[in-house]
Amino acid sequence: MESLSSWFEFMGDRADDIVSLTLQHARYVALVALAAIITAVGVGILVRHRPVGREIALGVAAVFLTIPSLALFVLFIPIVGLGFWPTFIALYMYALLPILRNTVTGLNEVSPAVLESAKGMGMGRAQRLWRVELPLAWPVIIAGIRVSVLMTTGIAAIATLVAGGGLGDFIKNTVNRYPLPTSVESVWTGTVFTVLLALAFDALIALVRRVTTPAGIR
Amino acid sequence: MSTKENSRVEAHTSEALIHLDRVSKIYPGTEQPAVDDLTLDVPEGEILILVGPSGCGKSTTLRLINRTIEPTSGRIIFEGEDVTDVNPDHLRRRIGYVIQQIGLFPHRTIAENIGTVPQLLGWDKSRISARVDELLEMVGMEPEIYRDRYPKELSGGQAQRVGVARALGADPDVLLMDEPFGAIDPITRDRLQNEFLRLQAELRKTIVFVTHDIDEAIKMGDRIAILRAESHIAQLDTPERILAQPADEFVEDFLGGGATLKGLNLRRVGEIELGRLPVIEPTTPRDQAISLLRSSPDDDFLLLLDGEGRPSRWIDEANLNDPSTPLERAGLTVMVRVEPEDTLADALEYMLQSAHGGACVVDARGRYQGVIRLETIMREINAMQEAARRHAAELRAQEEQS
Repeated sequence: MESLSSWFEFMGDRADDIVSLTLQHARYVALVALAAIITAVGVGILVRHRPVGREIALGVAAVFLTIPSLALFVLFIPIVGLGFWPTFIALYMYALLPILRNTVTGLNEVSPAVLESAKGMGMGRAQRLWRVELPLAWPVIIAGIRVSVLMTTGIAAIATLVAGGGLGDFIKNTVNRYPLPTSVESVWTGTVFTVLLALAFDALIALVRRVTTPAGIR
Repeated sequence: MSTKENSRVEAHTSEALIHLDRVSKIYPGTEQPAVDDLTLDVPEGEILILVGPSGCGKSTTLRLINRTIEPTSGRIIFEGEDVTDVNPDHLRRRIGYVIQQIGLFPHRTIAENIGTVPQLLGWDKSRISARVDELLEMVGMEPEIYRDRYPKELSGGQAQRVGVARALGADPDVLLMDEPFGAIDPITRDRLQNEFLRLQAELRKTIVFVTHDIDEAIKMGDRIAILRAESHIAQLDTPERILAQPADEFVEDFLGGGATLKGLNLRRVGEIELGRLPVIEPTTPRDQAISLLRSSPDDDFLLLLDGEGRPSRWIDEANLNDPSTPLERAGLTVMVRVEPEDTLADALEYMLQSAHGGACVVDARGRYQGVIRLETIMREINAMQEAARRHAAELRAQEEQS
């Protein structure tokens, strides 16, 4: 990078691309988070009283996370082609473990005395789940969601390798063109906006957490 | 259900609100039953205590009644209805439930906690909030202050009061209490026990109360079931009769030594005649106070009451002759107060702590009622021993006749 001013100039020239690629990047993260929350919280609820099922679910999600990210994006190309779907699937598989593990932990940490009194007062299984277990586990679950979202925001930059777009395009541009002019400006742009996007998501989740956590356990 | 069982059920419904009919519980994977063939009646409006050594199945027995533990065999009859196979959630909403760890919902306000069962029963909002305020008043907590607080803001004693209020939420006829005061410091426990007895005197609920503490059993129980292993009843009777005539060696061992001291748990301060003390108020002139003290030669101290009539300080003649200290700061602070619901055992313990040989008795608002002295307790002990001897002799005579 020649200077800071050349970087600003680059960003000015590419403003339209920055906006559209940031939005595309954000869309991946949001859709993946939504799908992963539904799956992981759902599975967490199903396995909360089943030690074997719990270990299997956590084990599978942990294996997903150990697959090299590059491979995970490429592995699905033969099945679903290039672009959106290999990106979505890879990110989804990564996003599961933090949410699942925190859901299981959060539900397990609900005091047995609280559950016993809920049962003793005539709350049914579903009422105990929705009115007692999930509200009490919620701060732990949302902490898992936060880790998951920050992680997928970073990893989503790899989407560019499977023609998935996103801020990774700026980074790949550098790899292709270095040391031609503006190639260094490009990688900085991709990196900085990925980090800014992550911080924005972090702030959003912190806000949601504040609003949705019951006052008595804040 | 066969007709034979039906007729037996009806035979019990006239006096018993809860009837356990040959109930057993064998936990999966174990051979020995936790509860073995237990038949038990809980009569209406009484506190029945289940007491026994740990592992005797008393908590399991309690949980069989609201079916938080399902029986392996036998029938549970509740208010004349066989509830062994009805929807357990509906059954539990008709029965108040208090456990040792209380289990308040930390994410819900005190009002929401107390309103749990009314809400499950679909009461409308205004009815629930009126009931919540009524219950908070009942357990001595100001609704304006506590309604919107959260459980984490309460002391242990307050949390247990809210636990009791919550169990009374939908005004059930029956309360099940599993060591409700077990996790609380002794002084607060005493106060809570007294408050609860005051409440029960008004409410006349049918209560099954589990404890491992024989002193608590004697203090709280209208009747006591002493259980041995597998929830076999060793003796079921009034506390007076159990103390006077233990059924067997097991009961004797469980009662332990000090039957006289235990007997003091049966008598309450409010039942005996209280002594009088010379009493002054902050406005009483000192010379008048001195002549008052001299006119009662048995007493070395005057009792100073505050403006509300509550005992405040012990004042002796030297304090009265020293005008440099105002009466409100002279002498010794009254540390110990007993309530009419305290047992003589409680009162004796307070006296031994205070080393005054006497303790102030106050009403629920803390106002002075009288004094109880060591000699009074000695007199009661003699009377009780005499009564117990007579009672035992009568029982022996009855046995010989039959």
